[in-house]
Amino acid sequence: MKAHLIDRDRDFDPEAPLPDEAAEVAQDLELDTVLDAMGGGDAFLRDMARAVLLARPRPDAGAVRYRQAVLADCLAQPDTVRSVYALAIEALEAERKNYFGAFGAHPGSILHHSVEVLKMFEGVLRHLRDIAREAAPGFRSEGFLTFFHMLETELDDAYLAGIDHHLAELHFNAGVVISAGLGEGGRGHDLVLRTPRESDRRWLAWLLAPHVESYSFQIAPRDEQGARDLSELRDRGLNLVANAAGQACDHIKSFLTQIRREIGFYLACANLHATLRAAGVPLAMPEVAAATEPGFACRGLCDTALAQRMKGAPVGNDVAALAQRLVIVTGANRGGKSTFLRSLCQAQLMLQAGMFVAADSFRAALCDGLFTHFKREEDAGMKSGKFDEELVRMSAIVDRIGPRSLVLFNESFAATNEREGSQVAAQIVGSLLGHGIRVVFVTHLYDFAHRYELKADGATTFLRAGRNEDGSRSYRLYEGPPLATSYAADLYAKVFGTA
Amino acid sequence: MTVQDVDGQPGGGASPDGSGPVEFISILDAAGGPLQHGGASVEGAFRDLNLDRIVAAAVAGREQYDLAPFFAAPIVDAGTAAWRHAVFHDLERPALRAAVEQFAAGMARCREALAVADKLYYALQKQFWHHEAARHYCETLRALACDLDAAAPQSPGFRALGRHVAALAGAYDFRVLEDEIAAIGSALLDIRYETVVHGDRVTVRRYDGAEDYSAAVERMFDKFKLGAVRDYRVKFPENRQMDHVEAAVLDLVARLFPDAFARLAAFARDHADFIAPSIARFEREIQFCLCWLALMERARSAGLSFCYPQLSPDDHAEDSRDGYDLGLALKLIAEGKPVVTNDYALSGAERIIVVSGPNQGGKTTFARAFGQLHYFAGLGLPVPGSAARLLLVDAVHTHFEREEDLSNLRGKLEDDLVRIHDILGRTTARSVVVLSEIFNSTTLDDQVLLSTRVLDRVMESGALCTCVSFIDELASMGAATFSMVSTVVPDRPAERTFKVVRRKADGLAYAMSLAEKHGLTTARLNERLSA
Repeated sequence: MKAHLIDRDRDFDPEAPLPDEAAEVAQDLELDTVLDAMGGGDAFLRDMARAVLLARPRPDAGAVRYRQAVLADCLAQPDTVRSVYALAIEALEAERKNYFGAFGAHPGSILHHSVEVLKMFEGVLRHLRDIAREAAPGFRSEGFLTFFHMLETELDDAYLAGIDHHLAELHFNAGVVISAGLGEGGRGHDLVLRTPRESDRRWLAWLLAPHVESYSFQIAPRDEQGARDLSELRDRGLNLVANAAGQACDHIKSFLTQIRREIGFYLACANLHATLRAAGVPLAMPEVAAATEPGFACRGLCDTALAQRMKGAPVGNDVAALAQRLVIVTGANRGGKSTFLRSLCQAQLMLQAGMFVAADSFRAALCDGLFTHFKREEDAGMKSGKFDEELVRMSAIVDRIGPRSLVLFNESFAATNEREGSQVAAQIVGSLLGHGIRVVFVTHLYDFAHRYELKADGATTFLRAGRNEDGSRSYRLYEGPPLATSYAADLYAKVFGTA
Repeated sequence: MTVQDVDGQPGGGASPDGSGPVEFISILDAAGGPLQHGGASVEGAFRDLNLDRIVAAAVAGREQYDLAPFFAAPIVDAGTAAWRHAVFHDLERPALRAAVEQFAAGMARCREALAVADKLYYALQKQFWHHEAARHYCETLRALACDLDAAAPQSPGFRALGRHVAALAGAYDFRVLEDEIAAIGSALLDIRYETVVHGDRVTVRRYDGAEDYSAAVERMFDKFKLGAVRDYRVKFPENRQMDHVEAAVLDLVARLFPDAFARLAAFARDHADFIAPSIARFEREIQFCLCWLALMERARSAGLSFCYPQLSPDDHAEDSRDGYDLGLALKLIAEGKPVVTNDYALSGAERIIVVSGPNQGGKTTFARAFGQLHYFAGLGLPVPGSAARLLLVDAVHTHFEREEDLSNLRGKLEDDLVRIHDILGRTTARSVVVLSEIFNSTTLDDQVLLSTRVLDRVMESGALCTCVSFIDELASMGAATFSMVSTVVPDRPAERTFKVVRRKADGLAYAMSLAEKHGLTTARLNERLSA
């Protein structure tokens, strides 16, 4: 029994190791702000959102659409989804309260405990099945329909009755039947608990059964040692079934845990959805670009983290770069370049997570890895050390990168003079592109940007942070070639009030 | 009939088809007579040469074989030494060694099962363990016969053993024993019974194929399986001793399957003793060889050598390369520290090595190594060193300074003289005498006098001797004596090398450096005393 609401073909594992670059990416994208909104105060939901968003991306359009459909159902049928989630939590809580340290316990007590928990779980499963039966007609996604169908068929009345039967049997009213062979020194060996015979259960059956040769003895009422020995024999016989019952509890628990985790992710999405919509931020289900389109296109793409902080819709950007694998962004300082880079990267992550994005529309190719190489503000005093540090980070990325990855550079390799920085940047970017990797590069390195401009092969999209007629920043990017001058003078004037 | 195949010639004493003599006495000796304890000199050597520690290390973990007596019984004839060398040579071949180790392990299992059978209380359990022991014995003997044949031993000892074991394993009685053991084993293995525990009542009956209930429960919940789960199985202590309930159940199982159990009981009755005395003797004696091989391997793994000494009963010219004190070496190896080796040679009239030099410089260690070398060679064992040509001695006599009697100086000197007199009385031209710091309890003049007298007597006896002493004059008493000194690193005199080399005694040249090292120079003493 699998939840499989996040991936059609596998269980979601929130404890799976994240790619090495995940922490850096999260930091560069200010993802914490987004995750806080998704958690909505619930650390568990936040954890699930983080695990999905930062997992190594799979370039699988079907997988993305699978999640998008499940998410759409969650947004359309919030009550049903929340009641399933609540049921799972309730059962897990009840189990937790019933938990006791099985370590050092006897098989008899492990068995007793497990039977109690299994009884409780049986009720929960029955309830879950009933919800599924009732709610299924309102759902559209493959994920939910499969899930509900599974609950209905796997947990049919016959199966639940079977569980009831076993739970009754596990009290062993007919005695404990243990088969054995003769092991070392004649000791019982290979002990296996057996289903009791009819004649063990009922006197009548016993009377009618053909005679079976058997011998008996009885422990005398005051023989305490004998009673202990007998209890150990019984425990040895029950050992495996106690294990089976204990593990059955664990299995059902993990099934309910899995439901909690997978639905938890979608509830986190719903939280973010509600927050952004309340703030008037445009929201759209993104599209996966066709196989012939290596780049991306967007309209009104916003920085989700910024929107969350502003409690409003920030300036959105329109870019059409579906055919280009290299995007170079130049232009004014504080003109929205970094914000755009973040918004693009967030949108890519959210797309691959199966989520909506903060845009009027977004369409992009899928990648198998997402890397950020942002300028680091720290240790600014040590120029040579800083450049060295940048190259170390770059080298680490190269160690891990795959052929369909996306790398976002933010003012990288500027910790040296422009010519050298440009040279290094051009060589790195050239190699990445040559291996099918997508690059978005925000830079002041005119020399570097100009090299690609001179190529004029249509493989590069140039964006520029623009300015209004009055010189004030629009925070909007326009398509345009790099300019040899920056807008530092403007920024200086604004800050010092000497316009 | 007893056959001693000591010459090692192919086919010597046995017909090639294996139908020849099959009696076998001892792997250690052609004659196989009783062990002869070496007496007082052995007791002294055990104490003074640290043989007690070496033997303790060698026999550790093999206590059940009582191996110490082998180490206390020196041999005196070259034939036995050659016999043992040949056995060791064979044992150093991997195939034969593996065969012997397997035999030893198999017999250990057999003995353990017998010990359990002996200890247990319930009759049925005893019978099970007895049967188990016999099974191990038969399997072990059968394997030994096979393996010895395949390994084609070269030594007379192992060849005789091979013929003997082949005859034992091929005998009709033995085959009948094997068959009976196997038949009982499979009859018992086939038994499946059911125990029903209901309240305080226990019923035992034959198993009739009922379903595995744990598996049924597992299957019921199989559909929820996801990833690894905890193991809830409780570990029960595995005693060999049954409790009363188990024993009562086993009694009832015996009633359900009377044929198999009757056979088991008959077997225990009819085959109470199944181990051939010759095999029992080999089992013990081979442990003597194996424990020595284990020590050799420990030394070799640390880069030290073991060699087969070339022994002569009368040639006093000796040559030993890369020798070492095995007791100290074992300790240093365990501590991961390096071991220093030394060479010496005696030629012509030379009989007595006088060792002098700085204290703690390796003098006594050298003397011990010298004594050990002759002692172990006299046991017919491989010895420390890369090569050795030695006198096969009749005894190793030792006299080391004893510290325990310092309270009564006059008494101690007298004791010393009495002991040395004893030793000299037993010393022959084929003996080795090891003396260390004798007569320290008297004045220098007396020491010189007494030491000179004693060495004179040793010289007269013609014995080989190593004498540790700071009295330089001893080294130049005549053609029979020469000097070896412990050395230090030339530019760092306080550092000792533990190398002992043949050189004229150079008096107290290193005393100052050692004094410095121990803080005993005037300057250092002034400092320390005024502190």
